[in-house]
Amino acid sequence: MYDVIIIGAGVSGAAAARELSRYQVKACVLEKEEDVCCGTSKANSAIAHAGYDAANGSLMAKLNVQGNKMMAQLSKDLDFEFIQNGSLVVCTEEENRPGLEALLERGIKNGVEGLRIVEREELVEMEPNISDEAVAALYAPTGGIVCPFNLNIALAENACANGVEFRFNTQVEEIERIQGGYRLKTNQGDVEAKCVVNAAGVFADEIHNMVSEKKITIIPRRGDYCLLDKTAGNHVKRTIFALPGKYGKGILVSPTVHGNLIVGPTAIDIQDKEGTNTTRAGLDEVITKCANTVKNVPLRQVITSFAGLRAHEEGHEFLIGELPDAPGFVDCAGIESPGLTSSPAIGCMVAEIIKGILDLKENPDFVGTRKGILNPETLSMEERNALIKEKPAYGNIICRCEMVTEGEILDAIHRPLGAKSLDGVKRRTRAGMGRCQAGFCSPRTMEILSRELSMDMMEITKSGGKSSFVVGTNKDQI
Amino acid sequence: MKAYDIVIIGGGPAGLAAAVSAKEKGVDSILILERDKELGGILNQCIHNGFGLHTFKEELTGPEYAARFIKQVLDLGIEYKLHTMVMDISHDKVVTAMNREEGMFTIQAKTVILAMGCRERSRGALNIPGYRPAGIYSAGTAQRLVNREGFMPGREVVILGSGDIGLIMARRMTFEGAKVKVVAELMPYSGGLKRNIVQCLDDYGIPLKLSHTVVEIRGKERLTGITIAEVDSKGKPIPGTEEDYDCDTLLLSVGLIPENELSRGAGVEMSPITSGPLVNESLETNIEGVFACGNVLHVHDLVDFVSEEAGAAGRNAAAFVMGERRTSQGREIKLNPIEGVRYTVPSVIHPDQMDDKLTVRFRVGNVYKNCYISVYFDDERISRRKRPVVAPGEMEEIKLEREKLLSYPDLKTITVKIEEA
Repeated sequence: MYDVIIIGAGVSGAAAARELSRYQVKACVLEKEEDVCCGTSKANSAIAHAGYDAANGSLMAKLNVQGNKMMAQLSKDLDFEFIQNGSLVVCTEEENRPGLEALLERGIKNGVEGLRIVEREELVEMEPNISDEAVAALYAPTGGIVCPFNLNIALAENACANGVEFRFNTQVEEIERIQGGYRLKTNQGDVEAKCVVNAAGVFADEIHNMVSEKKITIIPRRGDYCLLDKTAGNHVKRTIFALPGKYGKGILVSPTVHGNLIVGPTAIDIQDKEGTNTTRAGLDEVITKCANTVKNVPLRQVITSFAGLRAHEEGHEFLIGELPDAPGFVDCAGIESPGLTSSPAIGCMVAEIIKGILDLKENPDFVGTRKGILNPETLSMEERNALIKEKPAYGNIICRCEMVTEGEILDAIHRPLGAKSLDGVKRRTRAGMGRCQAGFCSPRTMEILSRELSMDMMEITKSGGKSSFVVGTNKDQI
Repeated sequence: MKAYDIVIIGGGPAGLAAAVSAKEKGVDSILILERDKELGGILNQCIHNGFGLHTFKEELTGPEYAARFIKQVLDLGIEYKLHTMVMDISHDKVVTAMNREEGMFTIQAKTVILAMGCRERSRGALNIPGYRPAGIYSAGTAQRLVNREGFMPGREVVILGSGDIGLIMARRMTFEGAKVKVVAELMPYSGGLKRNIVQCLDDYGIPLKLSHTVVEIRGKERLTGITIAEVDSKGKPIPGTEEDYDCDTLLLSVGLIPENELSRGAGVEMSPITSGPLVNESLETNIEGVFACGNVLHVHDLVDFVSEEAGAAGRNAAAFVMGERRTSQGREIKLNPIEGVRYTVPSVIHPDQMDDKLTVRFRVGNVYKNCYISVYFDDERISRRKRPVVAPGEMEEIKLEREKLLSYPDLKTITVKIEEA
């Protein structure tokens, strides 16, 4: 029997696992997909929100501000990309200025530091491409951008290195209360644990409702995005939000940590918990509305579009805690925006709760740091050449748009919780994430996966399951 | 730092032809840098025939065509490096490259010939809504999988875009046992060569739906189907015209983009129309001694014309190295593409530096029937050539003679346009 089973290897589950690994605990993460970071955590705005948005006194506000404050140190400890580029909430109608001031006040009460209102003149100096309509903005210097994949992957790898087990392609189908804990029936057999953490994202209601009489409902709230080429990455320096106004909640425009420009999201409540399809109307909304705050967004430079699902709970609040009618069962539900920002704090909170239940002792062997995949572009030419001499694969470029070497891809495959699919490689190294969208590198990455994992080419998938790339050989059905 | 007279970026058809002509003109210090495992570029996966009709007066496959030039490169002892990625080209022509054996290294070039070719537009660039399952490939990626590696990307295929690679792949997938259900083309005309429509679609009963596009993509893991719809004159889907197709594969042949990240990094000025460098009569960019040819300059239909153009770039680079270039007296004639002509390559001509005969290539923006391609020297019409039909999918050309240009000492602008008959 495990001490703790965490359902879901998204950013919340991974953060909880990492924080739990500070203790002497037999823990296991169950993930229904083939990899970590496959649901909400992989498709979002990739923003470390400052924390002025959530209601005063809410758990969301508290964890957002805490998470934001933890992010810089965590990014150093776990080696993922985080840039505190600051954010601006732009007001484009003079009559909405009170809304800006209300936001400022809320932010101050939430404990957000450095907030101030900037007037048009300063705003234009800060962001020359700001809309001609902009009158003022709330500036939050603590706002940031983060690599959502590497944050999630880093947390999981660090948890794994500290002894947490991960099981993939493992879907929880039923939960049964047993003496001293729970039995989880999965498609891969039964597992038992004293405590269960429900970090199942948009499926957290289904998991919750398996054990509790007090039912919850998570509504998948879809957000469509467009991602632009790196040539557009300097269009704005900060993350630009729209102050909610006559156009409703606006579309953000932000650089990404990798130098692209991201524009989105929409907010459309849907039924299908796997409904990550973009729609014409959604993309059109993104394209039209981004002009409300930022002018001349070079939309011809779009390299891909995608949609993510926020795990929206009716009360718009994080539901984190042990269930009164299910002892030892800890919800981590309703984790929608600012969930990514809050994740480090969510992990701590969940670990604290479990520690209280199980009376955990410190893990003396805990190592709180992790080295990410080496990006050779950060090296000097001498260092790079020394590396290539030792490992020639670092001299072989596979993805020419993002300049990703075979060395990085090998590292992504062979490290703990390594990549097993093209998307897995992509999230870890960016191979295939560039302007040609894997046109050139996918056959080469497939070859490497096939060789390194001794898999037949027919078994290589985009993202696990039935997402195979090639289905047979030439003329095999003639 | 190593130094070469001519460094050629790319060992595809353009790079090979440029190398051969530069060497034949008398420059010995030439280096070709190729990122793939062999010379020949994209021709190596173009195993269909139809190459070389202009150059060799016979019909070759892509690899055969490439082999002719590779043989010349080898016979002439031209140096090349494979598996070598060029990371950067500086304004003063320092080329930074990398491979497994030598690591990262720099080369000082006297001249650089840009011959990097092009890439395919992706689904993302079209912003087609829907899911993002496996089973969506650019036509060229599918071509590599099938023709080089022997793998079938899928069984039931829909193709969006009637570019030549898409048309060729419609036939190839059919040969290999797949069912190609339809080719949808956004424009009211095909983007490919007429002969490819006949030989690749008509001969196999594959329908081509003009003024149609993909409006939905279904399938969470692997593609299960798509919806196409007719579009109006602005390219917007017309509600009510949707048609569903079950398929496991969608191939995209929706345009090629010259791959100029290195050129931009070096400070080469670009044409917003071709997405390639702006060049003069010598195929030289705004940076003296940096030349461009082939698909990196503007996307071609026929490799024969790539070879011809690249040959000129190689000769001009060699002339630059050998100090043979006539000194420019500063007279510059602008080419002015208007009324149906989208661009010209070159975009300016220095008559004192041009060859005796210069081919100016261009594309038109629409299909025109029974028209003239007219050339004006300032306001005077110099020539007009009757054409039964011109189309965006087929590159056009005019020839200019040096003697003639020199006989117009005050000439400022050469206008190329389409005129109705």
